[in-house]
Amino acid sequence: MGEKTMTADEAVSRLESGMTLGIGGWGSRRKPMALVRAVLRSGITDLTVVSYGGPDVGMLAAAGRIRRLVAPFVTLDSIPLEPHFRAARERGELELMEIDEAMFMWGLHAAANRLPFLPVRAGIGSDVMRVNPALRTVTSPYDDGETFVAMPALRLDAALVHVHRADRRGNGQYLGPDPYFDDLFCEAADAAYVSCERIVDTAELTKEAAAQTLLIKRHTVTGVVEAPGGAHFTSCAPDYGRDEAMQKEYATTPWAEFAERFLNGPEKEGT
Amino acid sequence: MTVTRSEFCVIACAEAWRGAGEILASPMGLIPSIGARLARLTFAPELLLTDGEAMLVDVDGTVEGWLPYRQHLTLVTGGRRHVMMGASQIDRFGNQNISCIGDWEQPRRQLLGVRGAPVNTLNNPTSYWIPRHSRRVFMEKVDMVCGVGYDHAAGARHHRIPRVVSDLGVFDFATPDRSMRLASLHPGVTVEEVGDATGFALTIPDEVPYTREPTPTELRLIREEIDPHDTRAREVPEGVRA
Repeated sequence: MGEKTMTADEAVSRLESGMTLGIGGWGSRRKPMALVRAVLRSGITDLTVVSYGGPDVGMLAAAGRIRRLVAPFVTLDSIPLEPHFRAARERGELELMEIDEAMFMWGLHAAANRLPFLPVRAGIGSDVMRVNPALRTVTSPYDDGETFVAMPALRLDAALVHVHRADRRGNGQYLGPDPYFDDLFCEAADAAYVSCERIVDTAELTKEAAAQTLLIKRHTVTGVVEAPGGAHFTSCAPDYGRDEAMQKEYATTPWAEFAERFLNGPEKEGT
Repeated sequence: MTVTRSEFCVIACAEAWRGAGEILASPMGLIPSIGARLARLTFAPELLLTDGEAMLVDVDGTVEGWLPYRQHLTLVTGGRRHVMMGASQIDRFGNQNISCIGDWEQPRRQLLGVRGAPVNTLNNPTSYWIPRHSRRVFMEKVDMVCGVGYDHAAGARHHRIPRVVSDLGVFDFATPDRSMRLASLHPGVTVEEVGDATGFALTIPDEVPYTREPTPTELRLIREEIDPHDTRAREVPEGVRA
């Protein structure tokens, strides 16, 4: 009952071109890279990607899969500027909704709460308003009368996230220092696919870690993918850190050459 | 022993957090990080510091709290924080750009994106650190307003830019129109040198003070405890400028 396990390719086979896809993690931290690689192996394109961007965005941009990107930044952390995202932007290829980090979070909150928008102080006075002419403001009906950005809900057709452990029903656990916003991505999406380092029995989840680590609830999850090393080469502490050598290779190798080496063939266990 | 330029920069950054009370110091960049720790160890002992990721830590690294990104964003909007950010461009009224250079639609040079600059500047004091003062950074009009300057901040009740620190001096906005003013020169720097490296008209007071000297205790803390390997000199090298 409630068995949701599937392979990365099976998860991606449920996605379609033109979808709005949220990708969890943050920068080059706990990104669902095995699922991103599965997207790259598929023919899916014309995506709207919603991400605190890292190499997930860089790879999908390099492969020409992104029609529109919603992001506050794209970075590799130890390498501040993401080379493929930069190249796509400098060629004028990438339609971008560039918003502040907090606006982004409140857009996910709005979607998770089925609200059309949430008021955010961030954005007012900045060029975020200039480059996003569709953004509207809202004025407080109370005595303060302050004007806020009405941050629209970032509703997602699907979310892809990677966590440390999960059970077969979709309860997801993080064991690192930061949950990032992966639960919000799942709550904001019509379907969420959670990859994990290891699928364990439900009882195992709380044997060595507190219940507060149970970040993702099964009612928000459609598919569970066991993908050891599934965040590689981004960090997935405490299971493994970032593979800096691999990331550097990614950042300095022409995309076609890197893709040939990195993406072809089946997934194998990461470091 | 002679105080180096990078050490004056550390002092100038540390001073941003004087009297700040029990708030989070968020230094971005090496010299602001040394400055924040120096302030915490001396004249601002109530400051909160992070490990650069999700932990609040004492100066010795002892974890005293947890601050993942989503709680960090609440701390930002709650206002109990003073961040010191970098800037690829900064203008006369303190508008800051870290997003891209050139036309936003198709930038000549794509940088990070706006990151948290809009939320920072509308919610908590935001200062800036610029390790190499030049006309490419201090320019008339930034290409993309990420951090909000005073001329864009009408009605922004929590907006404040306490200071801009560069390798040449300290700057603030204590002028009638809230445009940038030279507040102090690091010893060895001249007013002319600052003017030449700045791409807009800077208010220069009749008497420009020098950035204060570190105390012997501060110098010992910087050199022996906080930055014993002199990484600060890599960010601001000694005597490179002609």
